[in-house]
Amino acid sequence: MDGTSQVRALITPERIDVAALIETVGSTADGALTVFIGRVRDTNEGRRVTGLTYEAYEEMAQSVLEEIIEETERAYEVGHIAAVHRTGQLELGEIAVAVAVAAPHRAAAYEASRSVIEEIKVRLPIWKFESYADGVAEWQRQ
Amino acid sequence: MPDTETRPGPDIVRPTTVVSVRFFARYRDLAGISACEVELAEGATVGDLIAQLRADHRLESLPPNPFVAVNRDYADFGQLLTSGDEVALIPPVSGG
Repeated sequence: MDGTSQVRALITPERIDVAALIETVGSTADGALTVFIGRVRDTNEGRRVTGLTYEAYEEMAQSVLEEIIEETERAYEVGHIAAVHRTGQLELGEIAVAVAVAAPHRAAAYEASRSVIEEIKVRLPIWKFESYADGVAEWQRQ
Repeated sequence: MPDTETRPGPDIVRPTTVVSVRFFARYRDLAGISACEVELAEGATVGDLIAQLRADHRLESLPPNPFVAVNRDYADFGQLLTSGDEVALIPPVSGG
């Protein structure tokens, strides 16, 4: 670990600052840097989404996200990974999740990035509550 | 000589395990509460806890096989519980 990984894993009610996230990963040894951004979409399974709230089991989500990052760093030849997930109320188009991966070469950066977001979808204890234009609101499952 | 049949004896103290339980998202809505404390027999497992919770008519709508975390790590139904454990019932996640 070095001093650049101050963000690394973060569950936050604050707006995600992607530029700041990028600053936390990588060194001059890393020629590639990928950023995946997940945003709030205006439709889900054909229904028009009007609003969205993420609830987290925050203490566990924080440690699970750290685990995902550490496992992925071990599994791929990457320098540094940082990931942030939002909680609370989000508007359409807002950033819900961001993953930054720095690596010596692009192949590992892309693969590790994909792996982190897929693991987030499978096991990060966060739940999405969507409201729809038809007036209904419900908890989503993946 | 006292009559041993009628003499009051010490209360039988059965050791118990007290855990805190947290409910999130849809499971919180089903349970109607976000947390509770549960007293279990010593040696109880995660599976025993879930069965005991669901035996309460107010919690019977909880699913029989939810994902569970003990002290913030995913755990299986066979895991033994000890006093002070924090057990969370984890609905299917939908982050990302």
